[in-house]
Amino acid sequence: MSKPNDILTKFKNMPVDGMTKTIIVAITLCLVCSMVVSFAAVNLKEVQEVNKAVDKQKNILQVAGLYYEGIDVKKSFSSFEPIVVDLNQGKFTNRFDPLSFDDRKAAEDPQLSISLKEDPASIGRRTNFATVYLLKKDDGSLDKIILPIHGYGLWSTLYGFIALEKNGNDIFGLQFYQHAETPGLGAEVDNPKWKAQWKGKKLNNDSGELMITVAKTQKYKEHHIDALAGATLTSNGVDNLVKFWMGEAGFKKFLTNLQNGEA
Amino acid sequence: MSQTRKQLLTDPLVDNNPITLQVLGICSALAVTSSLNVAFVMSLAVIAVCGFSSLFISFLRHYIPNSIRIIVQMVIIASLVILVDQIIKAYAYEISKTLSVFVGLIITNCIVMGRAEAFAMKNKPFESFVDGVGNGLGYSLLLMSVGVIRELFGSGSLFGVMIFDPVSNGGWYVPNGLLLLPPSAFFIIGFIIWGVRTWKKSQVEAREYKIQTLKEH
Repeated sequence: MSKPNDILTKFKNMPVDGMTKTIIVAITLCLVCSMVVSFAAVNLKEVQEVNKAVDKQKNILQVAGLYYEGIDVKKSFSSFEPIVVDLNQGKFTNRFDPLSFDDRKAAEDPQLSISLKEDPASIGRRTNFATVYLLKKDDGSLDKIILPIHGYGLWSTLYGFIALEKNGNDIFGLQFYQHAETPGLGAEVDNPKWKAQWKGKKLNNDSGELMITVAKTQKYKEHHIDALAGATLTSNGVDNLVKFWMGEAGFKKFLTNLQNGEA
Repeated sequence: MSQTRKQLLTDPLVDNNPITLQVLGICSALAVTSSLNVAFVMSLAVIAVCGFSSLFISFLRHYIPNSIRIIVQMVIIASLVILVDQIIKAYAYEISKTLSVFVGLIITNCIVMGRAEAFAMKNKPFESFVDGVGNGLGYSLLLMSVGVIRELFGSGSLFGVMIFDPVSNGGWYVPNGLLLLPPSAFFIIGFIIWGVRTWKKSQVEAREYKIQTLKEH
């Protein structure tokens, strides 16, 4: 056995361009770098998760029109009540803790989700359980309903929230918190002017048919959202995903039950 | 600091600016300059990556086999970029959302790679570090100048603080929307290069060809 010092000297004396040294350098460097990278990723994960959670709460506040610069997100968020909804039954369920339940993970779990045959929003699997947020007034009565929605646009899945008035039919707002659509075109779904159109629009007509549409031409004023110029595919994606989540396969049953006091 | 080290730091600011003279790193300069906050964080990220990658590569320069030197440089740069990206995600989440993909693209920023290959492989660690930071600063200087013009005239604010009251807010200033789109950075950088080369004539490149006149025999 040679001493470690000998090995080091031997290594130093190797020709720099030799095969052995090349391989040793490459492997050592990769090991060291991967250790540094994974150390950082693992250690910072917790802070990043907290950021993500706060960001989600902030978006819920925004879609409910409660957000302003410098607000204490955590404190304001306490006026929301998160509840898990069973989409098949259209009823609240207390099977899961709404604070820790993850809709996105559930959508990947065959036990908790269904594979969609008809899949206009291109999401593949739909979770059976979704976390909704109920905004309560100070006296405890229902003010707004915030529902999570997602679906495929042009490049990416758009994740967002839709806020409904307590009648479950009038839209208060819509907001996406995660997407990777083309900046300046599809990413205009974040444009405040475009988002402002949603306010006051109605999901269903008087006979209960789902009418809300994102399109270029207007058919019914109270159900129409102007599509984004130059972003037809993103607009179609938003149209599909809103129709999907507000339809029978989405939250419609829950919203009807909620109105009848049976949720 | 000795004279030469000081020069290593200050030369890349104007005399040897990586963007205006070498015309490197343009891609990210177009993308992240529409608001100063974002440009500032991007600048810090590039300074850090450029400085430390030069430092580490210079430490290892005698052990890096020539045949895989570019890959070795890339691995070091990429690790540093991931590190910076993770830190930004943890401590500046809002900015990371607008920046994220471009932080990742620092890996392919020619300035970082260029300094590693052209300077750090042949010079001592401390000098390489200073050179890397200097070039990062040169990049930042231009990024911030472009950012000031774009944010001030594009949205009427600086660092998000309103300077010109825009019409949409009930004020008098009509923002120039073009300045918020990437092409405007191209024009601005072009004008800056023009300006710098008018001021410093030595930066004007020699003509690569000369039109010959035929002589009669």
